[in-house]
Amino acid sequence: MNFGAIDPVLLIASLMVAATPLIFAAIGELVVEKAGVLNLGVEGMMIVGAISGFIIAVETGSPMLGLLFAAIGGALLSLLFAILTQLALATQVPSGLALTLMGLGISSLMGQDYVGVKPPTMARLDIPVLSDLPVVGPILYSHDPALYLGLVLVACVWWFLNRSRAGLTLRAVGENAEAAFALGYKVVRIRVLAILFGGACAGVGGAYISLVRVPQWTEGMTAGIGWIALALVVFASWKPGRAMIGAYLFGGVTVLQLNLQAAGLAIPVEYLSMSPYIITILVLVFLSADRSSAPGSLGRIFHASR
Amino acid sequence: MTALLNLHGLTKAYPGVIANDDVSFDIDKAEIHALLGENGAGKSTLVKMIYGLVKPDAGTMTLNGKPFAPHEPRAARAAGIAMVFQHFSLFDALTVAENVALGMEDAGPLRDLSNRIEEVSNRYGLPLSPASRVGDLSAGERQRVEIIRCLLQDPQLLIMDEPTSVLTPQEVEILFETLRALKEDGRSILYISHKLEEIRALCDAATILRHGQVVGSCIPRDTTARAMAEMMVGAAFETPETRPQGSGEVLLDIQSLSLPATSQFGTPLRDVSLTLHAGEIIGIGGVAGNGQDELLAALSGETRSDAAAITLDGQPIGRLGPTGRRALGLSAAPEERLGHAAAPDMSLTENAALTGHVREKLARRGFIDWRRARDFAERVITAFDVRTPGASSAARSLSGGNLQKFVIGREVLQRPRVLVVNQPTWGVDAAAAAAIRQALIDLAADGAGVIVISQDLDELMEISHRFGALNGGRLSPLRPAAGLTLEEVGLMLGGAHDMEVAHV
Repeated sequence: MNFGAIDPVLLIASLMVAATPLIFAAIGELVVEKAGVLNLGVEGMMIVGAISGFIIAVETGSPMLGLLFAAIGGALLSLLFAILTQLALATQVPSGLALTLMGLGISSLMGQDYVGVKPPTMARLDIPVLSDLPVVGPILYSHDPALYLGLVLVACVWWFLNRSRAGLTLRAVGENAEAAFALGYKVVRIRVLAILFGGACAGVGGAYISLVRVPQWTEGMTAGIGWIALALVVFASWKPGRAMIGAYLFGGVTVLQLNLQAAGLAIPVEYLSMSPYIITILVLVFLSADRSSAPGSLGRIFHASR
Repeated sequence: MTALLNLHGLTKAYPGVIANDDVSFDIDKAEIHALLGENGAGKSTLVKMIYGLVKPDAGTMTLNGKPFAPHEPRAARAAGIAMVFQHFSLFDALTVAENVALGMEDAGPLRDLSNRIEEVSNRYGLPLSPASRVGDLSAGERQRVEIIRCLLQDPQLLIMDEPTSVLTPQEVEILFETLRALKEDGRSILYISHKLEEIRALCDAATILRHGQVVGSCIPRDTTARAMAEMMVGAAFETPETRPQGSGEVLLDIQSLSLPATSQFGTPLRDVSLTLHAGEIIGIGGVAGNGQDELLAALSGETRSDAAAITLDGQPIGRLGPTGRRALGLSAAPEERLGHAAAPDMSLTENAALTGHVREKLARRGFIDWRRARDFAERVITAFDVRTPGASSAARSLSGGNLQKFVIGREVLQRPRVLVVNQPTWGVDAAAAAAIRQALIDLAADGAGVIVISQDLDELMEISHRFGALNGGRLSPLRPAAGLTLEEVGLMLGGAHDMEVAHV
């Protein structure tokens, strides 16, 4: 065993990278659920985002363009979900599950020629002086731009939901769709927009995995992050800040257990591998004593005539 | 006086039904105008057209002499029309100020809005705290939120749909004072109700709808309630005939029943005691959300309690579920017809079998005897005059009143020893309501005990032998219903406490 090989500074820096896909996916799904829609297709939208972003980044050489198209790819897939659930009034749970299965299939089809290809690397922030500071430098000032984008997104979503008029409307639609409709709000339009936002976020989260975290393409590489994001939203009581804490916790334990595996800790690898899931869920269960804040209309079909 | 809003020839048809047929009338400035009619007479459709939620097929509206055709509620609000809804228009999880902001075009920052809410609420005697969560408010306070939301938009016409159905008599008085003050300010009010005495006390004019057509108008002050009721129904109808209370043995005994709230915004039951005799009807009043749902659940068996807290014929039943209690003769019909009392997408036969299988022996060795189930459903349909194409229709396809008759009839025909009903005539037209009340009275006359939980005080006074009120989950001592004055009832309901400044 050699715990000395674990460098705390590098550990923190890499846990932020590990948490970022989860932040994107969870914050997107949080907005969707706040609008009263339960989209279980996060995993599918992420993997489609991962391959869309990967292909565009490889073909154009620009990772940022890749992220943009990952957002478009995720949003396009979620548009299918929006049409099914908001216009055709299909039930949300099976539609979301179908989206995940379909996304996994489409992504492997799209990615056939890209296995083993190396994507262009995303430039890292390099601020003279600041990035060179000891400890603080590697943790705060030397990541790729997408990671910062994730943090900004959390702040923006928090502000949008709690401070803006449009956010209030969105919460109202999720809380009581019939009442919002009676007041003259366009329930279906608001929900479709929220679903598209969730799809775009999930897409970017997926592309962050294929372009930054594990810069390569393999089938099914999101490996359940979408499901963790879904659980995170619930256990975070639909609060953006808590979802971010949960994501960091999950990322932290993931990175730590990998380091512990490398250090040769005398615990079977299987236990270490499952630890991030168990610890994240345990902590969030304790945090979510006030689970009452589920949006009132979550998962229910809305039709103007009923 | 000049007309504020003129409706001319408004017509709206839905597949299979004409909701409004050539409806014309005027609402004057500074007038409280009543719109009367049974359920399904087309009141809601008409109001929705004025508020821009529904587009008329034909006809025109004129507001202040100018053509008025709102294509959405926003446009109607901009033109000076505001509406207080009967239900579904508040958001439990949001605060008062947020709820108000959602109903306004230009709400501005929440802090300024909170100040304006306090100002308006004090001016019209409607105390409210802008920061409280709506889910924690009483029904009367929730209605104030809606009214204030409307008043902040400085409306010329305020539409109120059944505003008093959830209020205590004292709260109704406060509301009427507010409405009269609004009238003094030159605003008009379109007041929808089927409580005729209220309309006589408050309104300046009334228009009566039946089957989507205007069938008459009157000055409510100069017309008797009975005459208006007959215009609404189109025929004379019988008032239920009460029978003297039998002094029977004790059937149901509840001793110090305390239970936690079943839902987040529910009310815990605290130390509820009650004794029900054979042949007796006990009426339980109270403003919605004071433990009615919890009491029904505790009696039906949906919530279990200590075995000895509830006894039926001396036998402890607190730990039995609904089926076990039904087998012993305790039946219940909850308030929510679709989804609680009946499964919306299942046929009437299936719905009849769901509660009737124990006492009517509709199931043998785990298999349903469909022929007997169908016979039972058809007996309910015939005995209670349920208007439906047949027993194979889905529960959802029935109108509210017909489904309610079915739900009550299904329990009554099982000849229970004790029947508990919550809001048996809510949203039911006058003729059907009278039939339901008569059925309950007859059931008691045949030796069963009946507990009626309702917010309709007139109904409770009419049919019950003893009366009690639920307030904050506590049941007041029961008193003989004969001779109770409205004032005494109001005090039992705890109306006074609601007049204080809202929770801070």
